[in-house]
Amino acid sequence: MSQQAPPASWGNLFQPKQQRSALCWRNEPLPKTKRNTSMLPFGQGRSYGDSCINDGHQLIETRWLNKLIHFDHDRGILSCEAGITLKEILDFIVPRGWFLPVTPGTQYVSVGGAIANDVHGKNHHHYGTFGRHITQFKLLRSTGERLICSPNDNTSLYQATIGGLGLTGFITQATIQCRPIESPFLMVETTKYNGLKEFFQLSHSYATRKDTANSKEYTVSWVDSLAHGGSLGRGHFITANHTEQPDDQDHSPQNGDKATTQHGLLVPFNFPSFCLNSLSVKLFNFTYYHRQRERFQQTVSHYQPFFYPLDGLQHWNRLYGTRGFYQYQCVIPKENQAALTEIMQTIANSGQASFLTVLKEFGDIDSPGMLSFPVSGYTYALDFPNRGEATLQLLETLDKITLAAKGRVYPAKDARMSAQAFTTYFGDQLERFIPHIDPAFSSTFWRRVQP
Amino acid sequence: MKTAVIFGATSSIAQAVSQQLAERGMTLLLVGRNQEKLEQVQTDLQTRGAKQCQIMVQDLANITDYDTLISQVMNRLGRIDLTLIAHGTLPEQKEIEQNIHQTMNEIKLNGLSVIGILTVLANHLVFQRSGTIAVISSVAGDRGRQSNYVYGAAKAMVTTFLDGLRGRLLKNGIHVLTIKPGFVDTPMTADLPKGALWARPEKVAKDIVKAIDKKKNVLYTPFFWRFIMLIIKNIPEALFKKMKL
Repeated sequence: MSQQAPPASWGNLFQPKQQRSALCWRNEPLPKTKRNTSMLPFGQGRSYGDSCINDGHQLIETRWLNKLIHFDHDRGILSCEAGITLKEILDFIVPRGWFLPVTPGTQYVSVGGAIANDVHGKNHHHYGTFGRHITQFKLLRSTGERLICSPNDNTSLYQATIGGLGLTGFITQATIQCRPIESPFLMVETTKYNGLKEFFQLSHSYATRKDTANSKEYTVSWVDSLAHGGSLGRGHFITANHTEQPDDQDHSPQNGDKATTQHGLLVPFNFPSFCLNSLSVKLFNFTYYHRQRERFQQTVSHYQPFFYPLDGLQHWNRLYGTRGFYQYQCVIPKENQAALTEIMQTIANSGQASFLTVLKEFGDIDSPGMLSFPVSGYTYALDFPNRGEATLQLLETLDKITLAAKGRVYPAKDARMSAQAFTTYFGDQLERFIPHIDPAFSSTFWRRVQP
Repeated sequence: MKTAVIFGATSSIAQAVSQQLAERGMTLLLVGRNQEKLEQVQTDLQTRGAKQCQIMVQDLANITDYDTLISQVMNRLGRIDLTLIAHGTLPEQKEIEQNIHQTMNEIKLNGLSVIGILTVLANHLVFQRSGTIAVISSVAGDRGRQSNYVYGAAKAMVTTFLDGLRGRLLKNGIHVLTIKPGFVDTPMTADLPKGALWARPEKVAKDIVKAIDKKKNVLYTPFFWRFIMLIIKNIPEALFKKMKL
């Protein structure tokens, strides 16, 4: 059936009553709001919790702002409106030999949303966050001012808006520094490992060798969240680099999905389509872990199945049913890596986790964003079907461990953390951030967590 | 197919079609009433690879001199391989049925102005001996419904006109495409609640470009509207008049 307007938020946990209006042209003023109501920019609704919700207030849709403004073919600098999706950008730049410097796990997010959540990808240890590659953007404030923000202009507003959850104003357009690629393909290597200790070794060997020949730009690990004891944290460690066009591959992006399934090439992560419906998480995790017989496997993959394994399955969030699901993503500083073990044990014992669990080591590249989530350490992300109080209690326990380890939780994924936890996670940065909030902007998330 | 003129170029469907034409490296002329918006669309299409992209500011709601309009288009493009007519408004039926002035204006913009453009254009194309005319009509023109009959009547006029024009221009090698979109999720329909029948403009645009390439006569987009309208057209009037469609 045809594609519909975006959902309220990706976790399907809320049924907000909010008025939607749109800003369709970048020179238009912001829509008027009713007395005592705030507004919030809204792109594709891919935030998991309530950071893209403004219950009882107003949303301003950005999705009609999807025009390109300029592309420098030689230097890979793209200016575009903020409502354009990463997919629309990739469809344009990949055939021209360029790629996004940083991409999250779905291409159905807007550029504005990618800035507002300062999204990261599998190459964080090489490229940092998305916001680092935004050379400038235009911010429309409720006063009607249109401010150019960059590392040199309106610097503090630039830093507040990157990761600023849409609270500092409305981004109308942005400029992205793309990175060159030789082809739409990646050389993917998968190593099966049998426990956290091995993960730390593997991650250390890849994530820290940035400039050597053995360096891997993309690293991520799928973890069997239900494995206990000595196998705790076992999974598949996946690395990739952009590569040249394989001789037997069709260049067209449309052919990408097909290309990767032929000739014994692997489609990484193609598992959810069969497991969501029929198999239990446990059976799935077991099967997936043992699916690769050899310890090490090397394949060539088109970028789409590699980066966006779930994009082929529209509305996969609905498979969690009408009660929706929570996603928990935290980062634990390296020196407290024992906390990661504790978190994994707690989850494994609870039996509540689902199959989508991802573990990755963040590098130490700073983001300009004040409320940017990634810090050097290990980040773990996974879904929990909403089982009411039991789920909330588990997540509360995880928060306690994260707090004690001086880690933090990702606001873009959150629907339940306490104001106290949020304030502790972001500390001083939060104090720097707050003065830059546009007084006419707010969100359900913000009203929930603001100090 | 190297050149195209697009009337109502700032509409979402027209923009999405133009983007595909730009990617083919075509020369485009955008006609619309708002200069700033036209310029934003122009920049987008140039960036996407249009060989050339010009704009022409013209309020199609108040046009009287169609000869001059089409001559200007001919002068700018040299020859017109493709004409896409996409301008229009979706009025609020309840509002306009109380206002004769508004009703007449809707008929004029959605119906008469299209016929004005087509009448003059057709004669130029006969002379040119080639070309494609693609016009956005609507499923609303297939049968008058109490909730939307003024708009529907204007679109019915356009559809009927195109049926005749298609036959007349066949021998001149000119292709006439009637486009009947169903519910399209655009800013024009922002206030309406959205269900499963709604389609994105990009999807509709893909169908349109395919239909142009394949020289189809009538396009329902998305395709299932052909069946929905078949049912709606076949409901006996005695019953239909009681339905609050």
